[in-house]
Amino acid sequence: MSNRTDPDRALDNERLAKFLERIDRGDKIEADDWMPDDYRNQLIKLISMHGVSEIMGALPEKEWVPKAPTLRRKLAIMAKVQDEMGHGQLLLRVVEDLLAPLGKNRDDLLQDLFSGRLKFHNVFHMEAPTWADAGVIAWLVDGAAIITQTMSLETSYAPYARALQRICAEEKFHAQHGESIVLELAEGTPAQRQMLQDAVTRWWPSLLMFFGPPEGGTVSSNQLLNMRYKIRSQTNEELRQVFFHKYVHRIYHLGLTLPDDTIRYDEAEGVWHYQQPDWDRFVQIVRGNGPCSAQRLRLRKTSYEEAKWVRDAMLAAPRAEHMAGGRL
Amino acid sequence: MSEHSYVETAEEARRNPEYVRALQELLFQAADDDYILAYRGAEWLGLAPHIEEDVAFSSMSQDMMGHAAMLYEMLEELGAGKADDLAHMRSPDAFRNAIIIERPNGTGDYADQPHYDWAYAIARYSLYGVFKQIRLEALAYSTYVPLAQAAGKMQREHHYHVRYWHMWFKRLASSTDDARARLNAALEQVWSDIGELFLLGRASASIVGFGLIAGEDDISQRWMNATRNMFASNGIDWPGDWGVPVQKGREGQHTDDLAQAVSTLSEVYRLDPAASW
Repeated sequence: MSNRTDPDRALDNERLAKFLERIDRGDKIEADDWMPDDYRNQLIKLISMHGVSEIMGALPEKEWVPKAPTLRRKLAIMAKVQDEMGHGQLLLRVVEDLLAPLGKNRDDLLQDLFSGRLKFHNVFHMEAPTWADAGVIAWLVDGAAIITQTMSLETSYAPYARALQRICAEEKFHAQHGESIVLELAEGTPAQRQMLQDAVTRWWPSLLMFFGPPEGGTVSSNQLLNMRYKIRSQTNEELRQVFFHKYVHRIYHLGLTLPDDTIRYDEAEGVWHYQQPDWDRFVQIVRGNGPCSAQRLRLRKTSYEEAKWVRDAMLAAPRAEHMAGGRL
Repeated sequence: MSEHSYVETAEEARRNPEYVRALQELLFQAADDDYILAYRGAEWLGLAPHIEEDVAFSSMSQDMMGHAAMLYEMLEELGAGKADDLAHMRSPDAFRNAIIIERPNGTGDYADQPHYDWAYAIARYSLYGVFKQIRLEALAYSTYVPLAQAAGKMQREHHYHVRYWHMWFKRLASSTDDARARLNAALEQVWSDIGELFLLGRASASIVGFGLIAGEDDISQRWMNATRNMFASNGIDWPGDWGVPVQKGREGQHTDDLAQAVSTLSEVYRLDPAASW
């Protein structure tokens, strides 16, 4: 057992021992099952961050929804952003069940988001100044997300695994949608290619950061605890390596370059060597000091606050839903 | 060509330039209404009062954008130009949407300090929704068969939109005093523009003469009957005679809000309309 969990408590607590046996057996945990507090807390932290990232992630892409160049692209990106909001909704429902015994709800989560206590993915703090950014986000950010989410399909928490099954299926379409945008630009005019190259260069450090800091670095993380509980099965670095395997050659194949002269695959070691992104900057970004953090949080916060009257109306409305669909 | 003769294909329609002119005019009205209102819907993305609402709203905006695309493609077949050029390269005075469609969601830009009004959204979409339903029902009898068929397809999706907006209309009308007051204020705002929706523009006589759609009075009467019922069943007072805006959107006169919308919608396409995107 990892020394990061509390061994004294494990000894004292028969329930914990049984819980860990279940985990070791590969049992899946359901929302109503007994679970230790740190398991619940890790799940809340992980899934609420995932959920709120989906929702905050809609904002940089939303900027490009009306501007998508053709009718076909407009329809595709509208569908994509709608899916992301749907994922957010699905995940927040999973978190709501975990929060319920603590007497908390979705409103508390959103308040935590506004106060900065609840973080969202570093990538969604960044600027998306061109159409190529919309393509790169869908191709590589969603591609990176597929890698982490595919790992999490095996998570010990069953409701999260079920949500992820649907999410992963849809994310694959998103990555294809992104790849299609990127290919069109890569095969396009010099200006289109330049727009694409700039976007790849701009997004590269954020993509590396997406997987989180490596263990043993200056930034602490909860990956080992999460692995003990089989909430996840691979480290940040292992996932980043999967990303390199999958994408570096594809990026080169499009005739694009990466802003890292040192990146290379070591056949003997079976490992990609690369230039570490600035992890201090990563910490700053997820703390809400990224280039677009304040603006996007303000968007979310303003709309939430200004719609309070609507939520009040929803609570007060007699079950109007049953009447819907009646004659006009 | 008599008003009762049906036209089965674009090719057949193109043999009669007057018919095509009237048809194009009508198609631009319907396409531009859906296109610009889908844009207004897309501006709401991520900002709706509830995440569930965001998903539903976004789905409807997609349907509307899809309907617009279908109609622009129909225009392309009729020789009006490439569908993407029609959506992105026309100047605002070539747009035929009603002014109510282009009105902003509130103040501010969609990516910077938007202060959008959900009550206005509900009022506008509900009343437009009723109108669109009636327009689609009328188009199902159009002498232009491809349009009649497309109207059938759109009706199946639009049916759900109307239900959704109607549910919200009821919710706001029957919940808090605040919500009801906001809905009434929004309806007043919508009411001052709504009369233009029913107009068919300069080509009205030939549009109706060719049997492309029922006349303005017929459509507005049907709309009024449906809307009166909707108001009565929700205890909303009938606001009386409706207004029309100063500009005639159906004739290509628009506000700066449309110019701004079109410029946003076409920002990327205009970088290089000849390129493949």
